[in-house]
Amino acid sequence: MMVQKLALSGDEAIAYAVKQCDVDLVAAYPITPQTIIVEKISEFVANGEFDGEFIPVESEHSALSTCVGGSLTGARVFTATASQGLALMHEILYAASGLRTPIVMAIVNRALNSPLSIHNDHADMMGSRDCGWIQIYVENVQEAYDRIIFSFKLAEREDVLLPVTVNLDAFFLSHNVESVELIEDGVVKKFLGRPKRKYRLDPDEPYSFGAMAYPWNCFEFKYQQVVAMRNAYKAFDEVEDEFSKISGRKYGKLGKYWTDDADYLMFIMGSSAGTAKYAARLMRQEGLKVGVVSVKLYRPFPEKEILEVLEGKKGIAVMDRSISFGAPTPPLASDIRSVMFANDMKVPMMSFVYGMGGRDFSVQDARNIFEMLMKKDPSEYPKETIYYGVKA
Amino acid sequence: MSYKPIRTLFELPTEENLAPGHRMCSGCGVTVGVRQILLAAPKDVIVVTATGCLEVSTVAYPYTAWRCPWVHVAFENAAAVASGIEAALKALERKGYGKRHPVIAFGGDGGTYDIGIQALSGALERGHRFLYVCYDNEAYMNTGIQRSGGTPYGTWTTTTPFGKVRPGKTEVKKNLMGIVVAHGIPYAATASISHWKDLMNKVRKALSCDGPSFIHLLTPCNRGWRFDPAQTIRIAKLAVETRYFPLYEVENGVYRITVPVPRPKPIEEFIKAQGRLRHLLRPEYADALATFKKQVEDYYSYVEMMTKATSSK
Ligand SMILES: Cc1ncc(C[n+]2csc(CCOP(=O)(O)OP(=O)(O)O)c2C)c(N)n1
Repeated sequence: MMVQKLALSGDEAIAYAVKQCDVDLVAAYPITPQTIIVEKISEFVANGEFDGEFIPVESEHSALSTCVGGSLTGARVFTATASQGLALMHEILYAASGLRTPIVMAIVNRALNSPLSIHNDHADMMGSRDCGWIQIYVENVQEAYDRIIFSFKLAEREDVLLPVTVNLDAFFLSHNVESVELIEDGVVKKFLGRPKRKYRLDPDEPYSFGAMAYPWNCFEFKYQQVVAMRNAYKAFDEVEDEFSKISGRKYGKLGKYWTDDADYLMFIMGSSAGTAKYAARLMRQEGLKVGVVSVKLYRPFPEKEILEVLEGKKGIAVMDRSISFGAPTPPLASDIRSVMFANDMKVPMMSFVYGMGGRDFSVQDARNIFEMLMKKDPSEYPKETIYYGVKA
Repeated sequence: MSYKPIRTLFELPTEENLAPGHRMCSGCGVTVGVRQILLAAPKDVIVVTATGCLEVSTVAYPYTAWRCPWVHVAFENAAAVASGIEAALKALERKGYGKRHPVIAFGGDGGTYDIGIQALSGALERGHRFLYVCYDNEAYMNTGIQRSGGTPYGTWTTTTPFGKVRPGKTEVKKNLMGIVVAHGIPYAATASISHWKDLMNKVRKALSCDGPSFIHLLTPCNRGWRFDPAQTIRIAKLAVETRYFPLYEVENGVYRITVPVPRPKPIEEFIKAQGRLRHLLRPEYADALATFKKQVEDYYSYVEMMTKATSSK
């Protein structure tokens, strides 16, 4: 097997993956920094390299609506958006998961207006985190490519049937060119097979979708999604095993870097995990026992894995790239604190909000945060979230 | 356009895609219209419905009145959902995984004139092969009779009550057909549930197009228009006979009045039959009545003018 390597940006890598996945329908609307994905797919269409339908819709609301309709026919469906686009889709995100459509959507995480910023933070996805979609964050371009292929496999499992978002950081990943190892077309096709949707829009066996439910049965519909999320949690590792067989790559629910013997950990998501790892590596050379946990699967939340990695640590920093205004802590910090509390585990924790609106997060920044963890007595960690680097 | 016209009732199928036992109101015009449309459509049709009366009243889980594949996603996106179904089936057929089927989307006047106009416009412009039916009961009925862009001038609704200084709705009924026709789609028509043959043949024509088609269907609502449920068809007929709702079609840009009304009945007959308009006959609303009448006349002459203007095309 010849391994093909290409220099691709995150957006381009995603478009390549979509082309290989035998996708039947792409409906999308352009928004910086996701545009390259739709442009690249349009190019594939123009050159006869993509034989699905590409529908350049008139809004993101329609993009996702078109995807839901398409998915219900049993077709394989993809879309991509960012920021305002995701916010505009919000209503339909719930319909997509409620109707159990295994759509895969790339989200190029970008700040939410106002003020207008085209740059990276996670406010878009976090604003819709309870929408019932599986949510995966990636660290680099290779991972972005791999996770698209992986996600179709996970989403389409009969015990899952949930839509998936693959989140990649605006510009840091969408526009950053890296060397990407592509999997052969035929191998991807065989890995995925065809979606087998039992209930679909088919005149030979007609069903009604999107019914009205009363208080005495609506709850049960929602509960089935809870069960599906639990199944997705289990299925995740199985699909990773299968995926590693065709790619030689495995990422895990958590990316763990020097965590085993570390005293201090940083929990972080997306591309900054790479920065944090680099800082940790430099600090390890100085004999400092720090490690990094990259939270790759955010929904369903990897509770068990988080507890395991927390065991015996002296202190942790939880890094959020979004704000939950007025809340005790931002999303990731709230989740980790809640997991600890429920399991009688109390690792001293500092919560940070960093990098909003594309503010760079440097190796020095990661180092500063580790140093704060190490210098302070863990019993004196501040209870309130620190807005790291903000000019007050 | 090549299609098989319907001439007598005996040509209609005996099996219907909308089963009895649904929860639409007695005397509901929408139900009558949907049944007529589905009788004219091929059996293997896939139906999309926007949020509204038709949706909530036909699919109260665990029941469904639909014998054909049916889907509802939200209020403003029926045209987008239909786009997705059409495009996906096209891809599946091309790849040898499936087969194309006719797609009909139903939206109320709220779901079409107002909140859904963007999705509709996008779908028409992109040229999907599907039929969009706006069932127009001239207000948001499902939420309790609020005004829409399709509510006529001077009408009482719960958000446009008449009072000391207002005669009811103070804005004009939007020219929806004009907007749709401006997209240059192959076929658009108006229809009334009182003229079943006219409606059914329009449906056949619409579904024979290789592209988007549109039907604007007037569906009187006894709850919102305030009349006896036994009178639905009579009111729909009066709407045509008084020239309130002209029946016409636009085939590749050419207008044609399909049910000419050479000697219209006085518009007052239509007005006085309905509680939502009857106040216009009171002396204090004389100005509003004049405006209402003028708008009805203007719209009919507009359709006549378009018919003349496009007759040589
Ligand atoms: C985004 C959104 N806004 C508002 C509503 C509430 N809503 C449901 S149905 C409806 C009115 C529907 O009116 P119309 O389209 O005329 O159909 P009808 O009820 O007359 O059948 C409204 C406002 C909704 N479901 N979704």
